[in-house]
Amino acid sequence: MDFATFLVQCLNAVQYGLLLFLVASGLTLIFGIMGVINLAHGSFYMLGAYLAFALAPWFGDWFVTRLIVGVMLAALFGYVLEWVFFSFLYERDHLQQVLLTYALILVFEELRSLSFGNDVHGVTAPGWLTGGFQLGGLMEYPWYRVFASAACLVVALALYAVVNRTRLGMMIRAGASNRDMVRGLGVDIRRLYRIVFAGGVALAALAGMIAAPLSSVYPGMGSSVLIICFVVVVIGGIGSITGALIASLLVGFVDTFGKVFFAEWSGVGVYVLMAIVLVWRPEGLMKRGF
Amino acid sequence: MASDGAGNEASAEVGAGDVRAVVGALPDIGRHEAGGWLVPGAAALAIAALPLVLSPYAQDVVVRIAIYAIFALSLELLVGATGLVSLGHAAFLGIGAYVTVRASGDSGGSLALLLPLAMGGAAAYAVVVGALSLRTRGVYFIMVTLAFAQMAYFVVHDTKAGGGSDGIFLYVKPTLAIAGKTLLDLGERMPLYYTVLAALVATYAFIALLLGSRFGHALAGIRVNEQRMRAAGFSTTPYKLAAFVIAGALAGLAGLLLAVKDGAVNPELLSWHESGAVLLMVIFGGIGSLRGAVIGATCFTLLKELFQSEALLGSLASHWQLTLGLTIIAFVAALPRGLIGLGARLRVMRPGGLAKAGARPSR
Repeated sequence: MDFATFLVQCLNAVQYGLLLFLVASGLTLIFGIMGVINLAHGSFYMLGAYLAFALAPWFGDWFVTRLIVGVMLAALFGYVLEWVFFSFLYERDHLQQVLLTYALILVFEELRSLSFGNDVHGVTAPGWLTGGFQLGGLMEYPWYRVFASAACLVVALALYAVVNRTRLGMMIRAGASNRDMVRGLGVDIRRLYRIVFAGGVALAALAGMIAAPLSSVYPGMGSSVLIICFVVVVIGGIGSITGALIASLLVGFVDTFGKVFFAEWSGVGVYVLMAIVLVWRPEGLMKRGF
Repeated sequence: MASDGAGNEASAEVGAGDVRAVVGALPDIGRHEAGGWLVPGAAALAIAALPLVLSPYAQDVVVRIAIYAIFALSLELLVGATGLVSLGHAAFLGIGAYVTVRASGDSGGSLALLLPLAMGGAAAYAVVVGALSLRTRGVYFIMVTLAFAQMAYFVVHDTKAGGGSDGIFLYVKPTLAIAGKTLLDLGERMPLYYTVLAALVATYAFIALLLGSRFGHALAGIRVNEQRMRAAGFSTTPYKLAAFVIAGALAGLAGLLLAVKDGAVNPELLSWHESGAVLLMVIFGGIGSLRGAVIGATCFTLLKELFQSEALLGSLASHWQLTLGLTIIAFVAALPRGLIGLGARLRVMRPGGLAKAGARPSR
């Protein structure tokens, strides 16, 4: 492997890791704060990808506008979904949460099949992001991937700022460490839950929309992402945003370079990483804390 | 079981009855259900007589139900008895099935060899997964078991050794022969039917006896209050690992039977949809009841059969996941304790029934 190839693989690993972070951060926040294990979180990623596909004819080259509209629609969807469905899960034990959200996946998959069919769809990158830049003479790295990494990075930084620097973030952190105390202090915990859930859905959908031109849009794309995100959350430590970021990047590198070096067995690498972390630190790399 | 012995050594100083002293009255599984052994025994006899009246297609459904009942019973040992919610149980079913097909080769295999291989293979993976995942608890445990099942899925899906996404065919079904004389040929309908039934009865009886034993009491103690069990001197991890491995081996048995029945394996056996489905069966019937697991497997298989039936539902049949998903949501919302709980509910609703039905168990 020459240096240029190595560099390209590194960029791919970072880009994949950051994309995973967007999905996993929502998952870990929702679990950390509401105590709900949400198997349907992968479906929100799929929702984003199909939103990108469905909105594409309406916005043409207005790519960023399309992203913003999609994120707002997804957040609205999340807000309503929390209200009509997830708010009933808080009292239930984990087992029932698993089943109810598992059933939700079946429903989402079938609704997707009813509205878009089971074909694989392509979404094109906007005109101003086509092409790429030269890397080491022979390799060309597409601009769209650069954009994807940059967008994820901006969102990650914004998320960090919101959680650590705003009043809402303060309530989120407080809610994660002591729910009852926050409620006792007069915070409307139901609204807080609704906002966090909507935010998590919006993040996952944004990841799906950004990924759509890279990976195409296909049935079942949600569940593969979901399981990798579980691995990320286990490695990073539940409820920790920083942990999710570190773990996402680790998983991105292991997965990308696994595909380069051990093509046939590449699917296993990420899980071996998880096994190592479990032996070394069963509670994840970062204990709860942001 | 060797693992049982390990558990005994770990806490030899604590006597059999002491689990009760540690955690108080234990809601035992399968012991105080109405009718004792009578109801399951009658049910087994009824199933044995069914081929007299059923069409070959219906017999096929019964065999599938019985195999899934074994699978659900094995998970019940984890979820209901020990309180460990595993979302990766399909891995062990799949490993049992794949080992069976691989070990049969082109010329077919002997059941005497395949059975220990399939159960042992599943148990071996269960040792690894259990040792790692039992370092975590609660929601972590759910995610970790799911992830390791997915790893097994990728191995059979992506590698040549695993057969790839199309799976592998089992051309010659296993037989059981002694001194050149074939006693049992699983390639024929009736021997398969009764072998599966015998396996179900054996699994049910084994788990029921296990739960009634000292080992089973320790598992119940762990489920109710693990902290207190530890404080009383029980080393709980070996018990949980033993339960995990036994459950894995029994799922491997179900896998062997499924591979023989279908004559083929494919990676979907290990998929997390399968893991979710078996968890549903356990809940459907009602957690904490062996009978519930069997009833749950029956209802789930029949429901799926119904929702996929074009004759009954027409075009809706191709969207069976939608109807199934909505049914699950309605069911879990309305009957959190499963079908077994339905009986208790009805008793409570009868006039004067509240006192008789007593307080709801702790779970």
